[in-house]
Amino acid sequence: MMSFSDFTTILPLVVLTAWACVLLLVDLLIPRNRKGITALFSALGLALTLGLTIAQLGRQGSGFNDMVVLDGFSVFVNALLLVSGLLGVALAYGYVKRMGLERGEYYTLLLFSVAGMMLMAQAADLIVVFLALELLSIPLYILAAFARPKVESEEAGLKYFLLGAFSAGFVVYGIALVYGATGTTALSGIVAAIPSSSTLMLTIGAALILVGLGFKIAAVPFHMWTPDVYQGAPSAVTAFMAAGAKVAGFSALLRIFATAFPSLGSSMSDVLWALAALTMIVGNLIAISQSDIKRLLAYSSIAHAGYILMAFVPFGNPDVRAVSVAAGLFYLVSYAITNFGAWGVVIALEKAEGRGLALDDYAGLGRKYPALAAAMTIFMLSLIGLPPTLGLVGKFYLFRAVIAGGYVGLAVIGVLTSLISAYYYLRVVVIMYMREGEPTTTSEPYLNMTTAFAALVTVIVSLVPAPLFAWASSAVLKLF
Amino acid sequence: MHEYIAIAVLIGLATLIALIAIVLGELFGPKKKSAVKSMPYESGMDPYGEGTRRMPVHFYLIAVLFILFDIEVVFFLPWAVVFRKLGLFGLIEMIIFIAILLVGYVYAWKKGALEWE
Repeated sequence: MMSFSDFTTILPLVVLTAWACVLLLVDLLIPRNRKGITALFSALGLALTLGLTIAQLGRQGSGFNDMVVLDGFSVFVNALLLVSGLLGVALAYGYVKRMGLERGEYYTLLLFSVAGMMLMAQAADLIVVFLALELLSIPLYILAAFARPKVESEEAGLKYFLLGAFSAGFVVYGIALVYGATGTTALSGIVAAIPSSSTLMLTIGAALILVGLGFKIAAVPFHMWTPDVYQGAPSAVTAFMAAGAKVAGFSALLRIFATAFPSLGSSMSDVLWALAALTMIVGNLIAISQSDIKRLLAYSSIAHAGYILMAFVPFGNPDVRAVSVAAGLFYLVSYAITNFGAWGVVIALEKAEGRGLALDDYAGLGRKYPALAAAMTIFMLSLIGLPPTLGLVGKFYLFRAVIAGGYVGLAVIGVLTSLISAYYYLRVVVIMYMREGEPTTTSEPYLNMTTAFAALVTVIVSLVPAPLFAWASSAVLKLF
Repeated sequence: MHEYIAIAVLIGLATLIALIAIVLGELFGPKKKSAVKSMPYESGMDPYGEGTRRMPVHFYLIAVLFILFDIEVVFFLPWAVVFRKLGLFGLIEMIIFIAILLVGYVYAWKKGALEWE
């Protein structure tokens, strides 16, 4: 029997969902030309939920017959997701107005999507993982097509929807096989049932779940949709999608593989190794030939999925898995923040009708808008992994964990692909500073705040990374 | 495994009976091919236009709304059966469920999804 203590384990989630439901109705009363009010209300809801999440720090618990769990890991990931949601609202505020996309549903859908992501971070049962996957994906499909009747946006929405539905099928089939092998869908129950279950069926089930979530995090070879969707969707949506969906997908993968399938470590590690290496190589190599900043960032997002996947490879090794999962979490923070900053700059330069998105449009930015160019330089350096940025610290922790796990070859591939990536990231910097041009930008207070915030965090946290890493490390302690 | 044998026998029998009916018809039935006989609706109206036509998007909206209320009923029935056992907690759960559905309903209503012109 359920009790009300169940609700306290997911209190932030309940508040956010209720807030989103009420906002959907309140939005009906807000006149069409003043949808900024909806944006402020949604930001308020996210901030309130963030406060409630932080208040849960240090608490442990589970609810609804162990369907959801509250631990350090979920609080860490939820806080990151809520910050992503806030940054997503801030990026969208001026952008949707300028592009003529201002409809109140934008913010409500964003809140629903964040709620799904948070449920993903708290899920302790494969069925809840699937429920959360759908809850976070369906609003994103709609948001990707939000610029209708623009053909690119509609195409992005449809493509994302079809491949998302396809990948959800993989997840369900995987869950069914895992249930067939172990007789339960609860993550803790799976571990207990593993000694007496069919390894083959369990391995295939785990692999199918990996494939399904691989689509969501855009790992090669499940990445084909990413460039088209990221390019076609409105930039503010892409920024949120790239950070939020990735964080949620990885948090589900981390929790499922670390808590339910540690015994599959020996057979899955090689697969994950290959996936991570392939994702880093393919993502970075194809990014070189891109001339559109949105496509470039899309391939960069694929490549970064590869780096984060490195954190999974040693998940079956009890000595290093805690530190490698913590490194993965840290890298997720670093990627999410940098990603929002880079998209903030893209949004500042983007004009109506999809102009201002070619790399050549960045020529002369260094002379005309030094602050914006400096911020973009910081984000590019962070994406490469050069000092003094968060990207360097993230990669350092990641490579250290992978080497400690005994996968030196993978770390070498990671370093080499980072070197390759320097070519196309630095090309943006070179175009900004060394070429003459007359770029025009849009200056909006919330957009500028987001970009400045991301740039400051990227630099400052890289100078004192220890507290954040300590938080990430303590977050994963109770996971195993 | 042996509890599945009954299902296999059933599938085999069903296939066999269907095959017998088709094969008998093929062997002994009269065959007179003509243009009228090979039409999609032999004794109905003449087909016209393309097979795939554009549908008003309203049908789609109605279908979505139907799913909304269809699922409501699907959840209502089992809840009503065990209502006494669930007690107050079940009632509150159901009120929350209906409240969420109501939000969707009011939204669809105010957006004009129920109007047909």
